[in-house]
Amino acid sequence: MMKAKTVDKIATAVIISVAAFIVILLAGLLGYILVRGLGHVSVDFLTSPPETISEGGGIGPQLFNSLFLLFLTMIITVPLGLGAGIYMSEYAKPGRVTDFIRLLVEVLSSFPSIVVGLFGLLVLVNMFGLGFSLFAGALALTVFNLPLMVRITEQGLKSVPREQKEAGLALGLSKWKTITSIMMPIAIPVILTGTILASGRVFGEAAALLFTAGMSSPRLDFSDWNPLSPFSPLNPFRPAETLAVHIWKINSEGLAPDAAEIAAGASAVLIITVLLFNLVARWLGRLIHRKFTASK
Amino acid sequence: MHEIGLSAKNLYVSYNDKPAVKNVSLDFASKQVTALIGPSGCGKSTFLRSLNRMNDTIPGAKVTGEIWIGDENINSPKTDVVSLRQKIGMVWQRPNPFHKSIYENIAFGPRYHGIKNKKKLDEIVEESLKKAALWNETKDRLHTSALALSGGQQQRLCIARSIAVKPSIILMDEPASALDPVSTAKIEELITELKQEYCIIIVTHNMQQAARISEKTAFFLMGDLVEYDSTDKMFTDPQKKQTSDYISGRFG
Amino acid sequence: MAQSKQHESKPHLVEEWVGKVYTALCILFLVVTIFSMVYFVASKGLTTFFKDKVNVIDLLTGIKWNPGGDPPLFGALPFIFGSFSTSILAAVIAAPLAFCAAVFMIEIAPKFGRKYLQPVIELLAGIPSVVYGFVGLSVIVPLFRDIFPGQGIGIAAGALVLSVMILPTITTIATDALASLPSGLKEGSYALGSTRWQTIYRIVLPTMLPALMTGVVLGIARAFGEALAVQMVIGNAPHIPGSLFESTSTLTSAITLSMGNTVMGSTHNNALWSLALILMTMTFVFVFIVRWLERRSKI
Repeated sequence: MMKAKTVDKIATAVIISVAAFIVILLAGLLGYILVRGLGHVSVDFLTSPPETISEGGGIGPQLFNSLFLLFLTMIITVPLGLGAGIYMSEYAKPGRVTDFIRLLVEVLSSFPSIVVGLFGLLVLVNMFGLGFSLFAGALALTVFNLPLMVRITEQGLKSVPREQKEAGLALGLSKWKTITSIMMPIAIPVILTGTILASGRVFGEAAALLFTAGMSSPRLDFSDWNPLSPFSPLNPFRPAETLAVHIWKINSEGLAPDAAEIAAGASAVLIITVLLFNLVARWLGRLIHRKFTASK
Repeated sequence: MHEIGLSAKNLYVSYNDKPAVKNVSLDFASKQVTALIGPSGCGKSTFLRSLNRMNDTIPGAKVTGEIWIGDENINSPKTDVVSLRQKIGMVWQRPNPFHKSIYENIAFGPRYHGIKNKKKLDEIVEESLKKAALWNETKDRLHTSALALSGGQQQRLCIARSIAVKPSIILMDEPASALDPVSTAKIEELITELKQEYCIIIVTHNMQQAARISEKTAFFLMGDLVEYDSTDKMFTDPQKKQTSDYISGRFG
Repeated sequence: MAQSKQHESKPHLVEEWVGKVYTALCILFLVVTIFSMVYFVASKGLTTFFKDKVNVIDLLTGIKWNPGGDPPLFGALPFIFGSFSTSILAAVIAAPLAFCAAVFMIEIAPKFGRKYLQPVIELLAGIPSVVYGFVGLSVIVPLFRDIFPGQGIGIAAGALVLSVMILPTITTIATDALASLPSGLKEGSYALGSTRWQTIYRIVLPTMLPALMTGVVLGIARAFGEALAVQMVIGNAPHIPGSLFESTSTLTSAITLSMGNTVMGSTHNNALWSLALILMTMTFVFVFIVRWLERRSKI
């Protein structure tokens, strides 16, 4: 009996240390990136273009590309994901076909992002002739992100009490009207939180973009906001290297003498942005939750 | 004699091939309250939910038989369910107001059904709330969230919401079971008011409630309709032994 | 009821139709995308065998990858070996940690766990893979270089980076499984005078083992498909290494590095697509193992 108690104590101690270790691991990771990177981050770093062989390059265009690409991706992903999620949750009849579609979505969500990128290279970049472009990148990221968006939408709709849906139907609303006007507003908190977290994932993704959005940017003219001119930052058909891709590129083939510092700085910016997404999602989730429960 | 508001003929309901309601035929008079009673799981709620085709939304549910409103069998695949449901209001066990303002909760249905005129909508909202005996409590806060109302108020709001689209029949599924005694009394009072205009079918597990508010009572047991008669008769002189056992509280 | 019948019945039917068609089109887009993805990757990947006459067995078992040689050699075994060894090793490191984290969050300190450990795990999942690669390259590789013989790059560094990346995957699934265990199961054991560890070890662990395995397989699947973080720390030499600290490659790293430098349609390029096909096939295998495990854990 004494022995069992000793073993129990040791096991508990081990488990607690592992938990502590994980917390320290994250703290160490964040601390390392921020300490190494933040020193290099300045307004100039965030706005100026990169240098290939000399010191002092920035990440301005990459940061812009990442944000713009995120925007494009979400504009395509959200309507598609909502539609597909609504279908799976509300219209699909239980049976073989639905099970099969579920399996497909699961398969798609487990495809390595590099494979999604290759598919983009073959079909979007070459076959559709989009070339290395923001648009091709956004579509590849859409494919990569759709299964998640479908799952988020389904979760959101599942969180709506059954009686709400029935109340809508009993009033003589069509099913579609019930979904869009009665159920969606209640599902929005869950969907919004999930979407913001998904955005963080999109923002940090690189492998799917290497061969779709490309690994270079033209010299952008930030005074030209005509989306059709080739050097306009808003042109969706120009190649665009994102922040995440940039970090990968300078780490593997960076020639600038301060490549390591730039990578650290860019990583810090990337991490801070992703953290921000996380915090906003959490805060928004709590805020909306409180709004709903406090008024009850 | 009251005219028939709705009548079910040989209604069978099953969930995934398990029978829940077996061969029930019932006529419901308009401008009367009919109570459906019986122990839990006896099929009374399932029966009620078949009447506005709400069981359509449950996977695995199957309803056969006929349900007549006037000269139309509404349990037919050809029935336009959406238009049908406009004629049949429904109130649930737990109040389920939309996550919208009090005004929107009521105006939403009529507006969807084509009434766009703001003044007309205002009138409908006021009229419905008055009918539901909620107007005085809410007229100064029409545009605040309906979720801030108390449980009893929410339930009356739900009743107001359903009468705003001018149904002729109202189905109620234990509408007072989640409420305190004072709110329950208010709801019962309201039901007695409403029966002057509507055919009301109410499921209840509370026999005193059935005795207080209904003209007719139907007793369900294990999916069968055991007895259907005027409420007075049922509670004083039931014909079947199961009915008298249930009413006297020997099981359930 | 104010309107006449034909007026009130039409608009909602149209609306219903629009909704159905729109959502069905969205799901159709998804289905078509998946099918075309499988089709295109497979047809590209098979060209190597049908058009370029590379032997399948040679590709899967050959240990020499030299596309520029004479004759060119396409032995992909080093990459396959690299992918399997890094991802399995990563799971071996991560699984015990994930198990402990799950037990901590559910059994030992639920309040603290939910408030602090859970967000930590979620944040770990949110860190982009290039950042993991960067930290691996600037911390783990130099550290290994100092401690162990070799350059610090290789399977060990790759597996370590991957283990942190898949830790959230396994932890989340283990935690869910642990939380959904019927409480009577544990209480019965405690009532018999067992200690917490005895209960966990004898009752909890065996019951949640299939779920834990599901998490592990999902983790391996994720590690198997991860490209950039691994590519940055693995060294990228195309041969089977003699130790854990020697440069090698994985399927993903080989694709990442060479796809941009080869001409579409060349044998070398096609061979890279064959690697992608192997990756995709493994994804299917992982999904089916996961499904099989899930069915078992339900019983």
